[in-house]
Amino acid sequence: MNAVKFLIAAYVATWVIHGVYLGSLIRRFGRLRQQAKELGKGK
Amino acid sequence: MKKLFPILSVITAILLVYALYQALVVAPTDAQQGDVYRIIYYHVPSAWTAFLLFFINFIASIQYLVSGKPSTKSAANWVVIVLGVVGVGACFLPAVQRLIPAGMRPSAVATTVLMIPIFYFLIGKLFPGENLDVLAVTTAEVGVVFCTIVLVTGPIWARPVWGIWWAPGDIRLTSTLVLWLIYVAYLMLRRFSNSAQTQMMAAALAVFGALDVPLVYFSIWFFRTQHPQPVIGGGGSMDPRMLHVLVVSWTAFLFFAFLVCWSRFRLELLHREIEEAHAMESLAGAGVAAKASLPLGRSSR
Repeated sequence: MNAVKFLIAAYVATWVIHGVYLGSLIRRFGRLRQQAKELGKGK
Repeated sequence: MKKLFPILSVITAILLVYALYQALVVAPTDAQQGDVYRIIYYHVPSAWTAFLLFFINFIASIQYLVSGKPSTKSAANWVVIVLGVVGVGACFLPAVQRLIPAGMRPSAVATTVLMIPIFYFLIGKLFPGENLDVLAVTTAEVGVVFCTIVLVTGPIWARPVWGIWWAPGDIRLTSTLVLWLIYVAYLMLRRFSNSAQTQMMAAALAVFGALDVPLVYFSIWFFRTQHPQPVIGGGGSMDPRMLHVLVVSWTAFLFFAFLVCWSRFRLELLHREIEEAHAMESLAGAGVAAKASLPLGRSSR
């Protein structure tokens, strides 16, 4: 059995999880900046 | 500070690439497992980083719980100092050393115990007031991400080596899963509870949740497990070249975790600022409405 595919799978899975989390942070930052802008306009 | 973030990002990226090169090319192949053992360079640093983040969450939560009253805070400070001094001293008593599992150095245990007061006072100094709660939520969330990686890469490694994805009943595996569930529950509590006591409840949950961290860490010393013995600190014997790569990899992951925590911390601060601004706006709106309705109220009498 080719065990290297498990090695690749583990490394890819690690960066997919980090990528998804970083993506969620960026999305949340964008949403909050939008809200801050709207608040600024309201004032 | 604005310049520091991009500089640190570049350093972290270089470190991560260097660690990947070391893990895949420089580190020697394991005689028994072959190349698949290289999962260790992502699995173990992720676990250590998660433990460190949960430990910071624990300290920040205690600080937050005692910060309400100055007398409680002062008492807690003294308790931590006494615990640190007694704990470090006890590690060198022969009676206590007999209780320490074989392979674990008393000096290593004493250093770990010493970290508690050091982190306690450092965090209290660097993150005053509400920032303690912001730090707690930050470290819990990023810790869950790293713990998820541990729980995903572990079974991927176990399948070719043990022949199974998961060893049911294995205390290291089960306690790690429980740890992950506790912190997911912590984040759910913070996300969905509207109570004014949410921060206090979350801090209390974090203190109990952190008790699982030593159980996870020491389980392989105290119980017979499918999971292998520790690679450093006793029990295991690792090739120095492999150990070097492991330390490089952990350093890279620590830099990365620091950057992610920094971003998450800023996000939480921004979130709270906007919530506060919304609350002030609502209050101002309510004030205007009350003023407008006052003459009407008087006339209706």
